[in-house]
Amino acid sequence: MDRPIRVLVAKPGLDGHDRGAKVIARALRDAGMEVIYTGLRQTPEQIVASAIQEDVDVVALSILSGAHNHLFPKVVELLKAEGAEDILIIGGGVIPEDDIPELKKAGIEEVFTPGTPTTTTIEFIKNNLKK
Amino acid sequence: MKDSREKWEESTLDKALSRFPERKEEFKSGSGLEVERLYTPLDIDGLNYNEDLGFPGQFPYTRGVQPTMYRGRLWTMRMYAGFATAEESNKRYKYLVEQGSTGLSVAFDLPTQIGYDSDHSLSQGEVGKVGVAIDSLKDMELLFDGIPLDKVSTSMTINAPAAVLLAMYIAVAEKQGVSEEKLRGTIQNDILKEYIARGTYIFPTEPSMRLITNIFEYCSKNVPKWNTISISGYHIREAGSTAAQEVGFTIADGIAYVDAAIKAGLDVDSFAPRLSFFFNAHNDLLEEVAKYRAARRLWARIMKERYNAKNPKSMMLKFHTQTGGSTLTAQQPENNIVRVAIQTLAAVLGGTQSLHTNSKDEALALPSEKSVRTALRTQQIVAHESGVTDTIDPLAGSYFVEAKTDEIEKKAMEYIEKIDEIGGAPKAIDMGYIQKEIMDAAYRYQKSIESGEQIVVGMNKFQSEEEPVKDLLKVDPKVGEMQVEKINQLKVERNNDEVESKLKALRNACESDENVMPYIIDAVKEYATLGEICGVMREVFGEYEQAVML
Repeated sequence: MDRPIRVLVAKPGLDGHDRGAKVIARALRDAGMEVIYTGLRQTPEQIVASAIQEDVDVVALSILSGAHNHLFPKVVELLKAEGAEDILIIGGGVIPEDDIPELKKAGIEEVFTPGTPTTTTIEFIKNNLKK
Repeated sequence: MKDSREKWEESTLDKALSRFPERKEEFKSGSGLEVERLYTPLDIDGLNYNEDLGFPGQFPYTRGVQPTMYRGRLWTMRMYAGFATAEESNKRYKYLVEQGSTGLSVAFDLPTQIGYDSDHSLSQGEVGKVGVAIDSLKDMELLFDGIPLDKVSTSMTINAPAAVLLAMYIAVAEKQGVSEEKLRGTIQNDILKEYIARGTYIFPTEPSMRLITNIFEYCSKNVPKWNTISISGYHIREAGSTAAQEVGFTIADGIAYVDAAIKAGLDVDSFAPRLSFFFNAHNDLLEEVAKYRAARRLWARIMKERYNAKNPKSMMLKFHTQTGGSTLTAQQPENNIVRVAIQTLAAVLGGTQSLHTNSKDEALALPSEKSVRTALRTQQIVAHESGVTDTIDPLAGSYFVEAKTDEIEKKAMEYIEKIDEIGGAPKAIDMGYIQKEIMDAAYRYQKSIESGEQIVVGMNKFQSEEEPVKDLLKVDPKVGEMQVEKINQLKVERNNDEVESKLKALRNACESDENVMPYIIDAVKEYATLGEICGVMREVFGEYEQAVML
């Protein structure tokens, strides 16, 4: 690829704790990626619209409120409906182990829980790009 | 002293260092301040006992706000709880009281915190998740069913729609036959930290500040025992700030509320005694103790010197503490019990008035009944077995603790001066200054963990293979539907003409400069929903738009 990897970091739902999202955004940027952060309270529709408009390679979703089972798959579905299946979708936050297999089945490629070093996420993105 | 110290360095220390080098080149506190090898009387040279410490219950309150502290009465053990429906949460409150909890603390779900009813499209997937869903007075009646409101004190973590939830609380009390002047408790009601760190804002800064001063005024006349705000550093710290930033930014917010109230025509001593604070407790025990002592002294000085407060109660910084959620790890969750115990000690040695201890499983989910009990027991063990409650401010006079207290006060004051220069906290927030400072600190901390400079046991060192944790609390996914059903039924049963007329009166009050509290109380009593009431205010006041920055 001849341009830097473009990542949309997004906060779906109503929760306002964005420390994790901001830390990961900065780490990705320090790793040479182009990062767009949506800010708080984004609906799946808004996130998908930004992802298409910004022509990103990766959508990184962050959520702590427990609404992930509802909101994460919705983002995947909407991206599919837009024909954007070549975007890598990952998620992070306070997400119980039990929920992870279902989220992966729904199309979230990897889920990063608290305590994951930023380098793990960076490596994962580099090795799993779809575009 | 200086001479003998130098002599020690030359004769004893140098020899030891050349044979056994220290573990690290540089030692730093949990929030990045340098820690010297040794503290001696030289480090507290300028300390004047009477002016800087004084006696407990006396200005500048460094040693505590009450003359006898925990010898007289222990802190309030107030566990933050709430999930799913009002009925479910009511059961948890009764359980906690039975287990020896001495105050209630209500966690609301995100739609409630942002002023949406459970049937709003943005509420989908969020209803009942991080707290209890409250749509109308009906839910509030169920929440406090069988809990006499003249006997308990209740803290409600509610900010943007604080006026509405307080109105509902007053209305429930009235139904129980308890008059509002008997009510004891706290509403968080701190909107500035929402813009800075927590994100559950609704309205722009100006009308938000007006709602807050309306509450100050209403309560100073009608609900005199109620703490009308809890100025919160907790979330500032959770967002990644240092200990000194936590004190500096929180007190800068406090200054903004005092300024707003004075500008609204209130006398400082009429509302300042009802201001309270909320701080975090992280793992660096001694730095945290110093932080609370510094905050108390700084606030006392500001209230006396900057605002000429006369009532000693206006100068006392009273605070609730919660142990640090972000310090807990998803790895080896049992270790969190130890972290919480250290943080509990920090809060108690720092002189807190009430305390919530986090449960070991909170990096994974909401706490289960069993894990919340262990968290409460941790407080009870510190209270009744550790002995640290038997004398007041036991760490005073420690060269290290006093030097750190000075240092944190000084660093916090530098932030306050910087914010004064910018033109006050609301301006500094709109400019993104405070958010940027916190973000930088959060990123530095993350890097120090990844480099291994900061060790987190079980996470970046001493790891082990683990089984996933079982028995986590799960919120019934049907809660959303149940709440929607309740709202539909409510709208059939209530007098909709009355609701409409009360909402119209509220709209008029919002458009004028009248105090909105009585109108909100009238509306909730007719069972207007939270979403309807906030909807009226959204239309009049507009909504806050966050400046997105990295």
